Amino acid sequence: MDYLSTILQEIYKILFLLIPVLVSVAMIVWLDRRVWAFVQKRQGPNVVGPFGLLQSLADALKYIFKEIIIPASSNKVIFILAPIITMTLALIAWAVIPFGEDQVLANINVGILYIFAVSSLGVYGIIMGGWASNSKYPFLGAIRSAAQMVSYEVSIGIIIINVLLCVGSLNLNDIISAQKNMWFIIPLFPMFVIYFISALAETNRPPFDLPEAEAELVAGYQTEYSGMMYAMFWLGEYANILLMCALGSILFLGGWLPPVDLYPLNLIPGAIWLIFKILLLFILFALVKAIVPRYRYDQLMRLGWKIFLPFSLIYVVLTATYLFYFNLLPVI
Amino acid sequence: MIAHAIFFYIFSIIAVISAIMVTASKNTVHSVFFLILDFISISCLFIMIGAEFLGMIMLIVYVGAVAVLFLFVVMMLNVAQQKNQWFQSKSSSRHIPIGLIISTIIFFELIIVVGGWKYKPDLVNSTNLSFTSDLTNTHSLGKILYTDYIHIFQISGMILLISMIGAIVLTYRQREGVKKQSYLKQISRERSEGVDVLDIPSNKGVKIDE
Repeated sequence: MDYLSTILQEIYKILFLLIPVLVSVAMIVWLDRRVWAFVQKRQGPNVVGPFGLLQSLADALKYIFKEIIIPASSNKVIFILAPIITMTLALIAWAVIPFGEDQVLANINVGILYIFAVSSLGVYGIIMGGWASNSKYPFLGAIRSAAQMVSYEVSIGIIIINVLLCVGSLNLNDIISAQKNMWFIIPLFPMFVIYFISALAETNRPPFDLPEAEAELVAGYQTEYSGMMYAMFWLGEYANILLMCALGSILFLGGWLPPVDLYPLNLIPGAIWLIFKILLLFILFALVKAIVPRYRYDQLMRLGWKIFLPFSLIYVVLTATYLFYFNLLPVI
Repeated sequence: MIAHAIFFYIFSIIAVISAIMVTASKNTVHSVFFLILDFISISCLFIMIGAEFLGMIMLIVYVGAVAVLFLFVVMMLNVAQQKNQWFQSKSSSRHIPIGLIISTIIFFELIIVVGGWKYKPDLVNSTNLSFTSDLTNTHSLGKILYTDYIHIFQISGMILLISMIGAIVLTYRQREGVKKQSYLKQISRERSEGVDVLDIPSNKGVKIDE
């Protein structure tokens, strides 16, 4: 009986987190298309519902009622598994994101490593989808994305080391409370810029959307997918983007902390601040998509390995030296 | 405690079955996927015994990077044809003795290690390893790794670096006739060298690439 009530309680908490995330993923797609349209002086989706807010729901309905086509020569089990894995991995990472002092589903010691591990598993959804389709374009897209995601993970890892040097803990709530006096965006501003660009590459967003470059690869790894399975890839991708925005706001923008700890600002609950920061970063993502042209593949690799990696490594040395010299290293 | 046992057996059964399937499955890509499943369930076991740092590092390094490269290599090979040759030709029996020798060696090594540990658990206990409850295991790992074992740690880092450089040196070769795009050349191009404005006489044309 005790077990049962605990399990039900946990399920209730998980649903309370998961449903808002899924709804906000749908809304964020609308926002993305709207921002994209406004930059290009178009209207964007504005017909379904007020301001076109229900456009994503209409799209989802369309996808649900479409036929799922599984290619005859594909590897069926892996073909079906791929979008499920993408979506699951994008959602389970939200378990450790703190929305307030104790508003977190799982307050684990190695929260940041957990997010990093889950996001590094994300590449499998894409590889499996591309390989199981048994077709040239998806396979090329999958190979491209695997190479791209593995390379940019390295620089994200080193950026995380920079932040951890200043915190001395892998717990996400500790990382946020360490920013009470100053957000890490101020001392680590170059790292924030690199994190932002690497996050674009990690989530296959333009200008780094080589895996699905429609001019070269039709739709990359998603070419053979249709109906709900395509929609799951799509949802997983946007959930991942939101997760990267959340991680960026936790690492650099102080998570659920208000900008200054003053009277009217600290009345607003932390969850609102976190959502506000995630939205801010996401609008930046959307603007980049609208403004910047797509990179060439060799430029992408060069940027990752020859510029970001050495630069962030040097910054690790600088941060460590600075902290050591001024005796600011966190004490355990 | 019961829930703990149930989860332990779930993860270990998945780990054992997927480890068997790595060798048993006929499709090479499938066996890599089973290997990944094996890694994941073993890292779950690590987390269950409280070594969450090791579990996460296992996920990040092995599943997130090493297995991706495995998958890369296996997908690139045209495995279907190769496998048929491998199993259908009559000479396949010559792989069996080598395999037997290697597996016997590994088996005896395991017996020696596990048996020695059973016989004398404090055989490898050379440090004053203390697990205080207020330290997370990341901190205690760091405290041991960067104090008692710093030299071994540095040496292993150097070995990894050298092997990385060695791999690059071995595979790198300068090939003739490969057109490279020089980033610097491309962005430092100016109008004066890229564009030629010519006065073309009517009905005569002009020769390009003189």
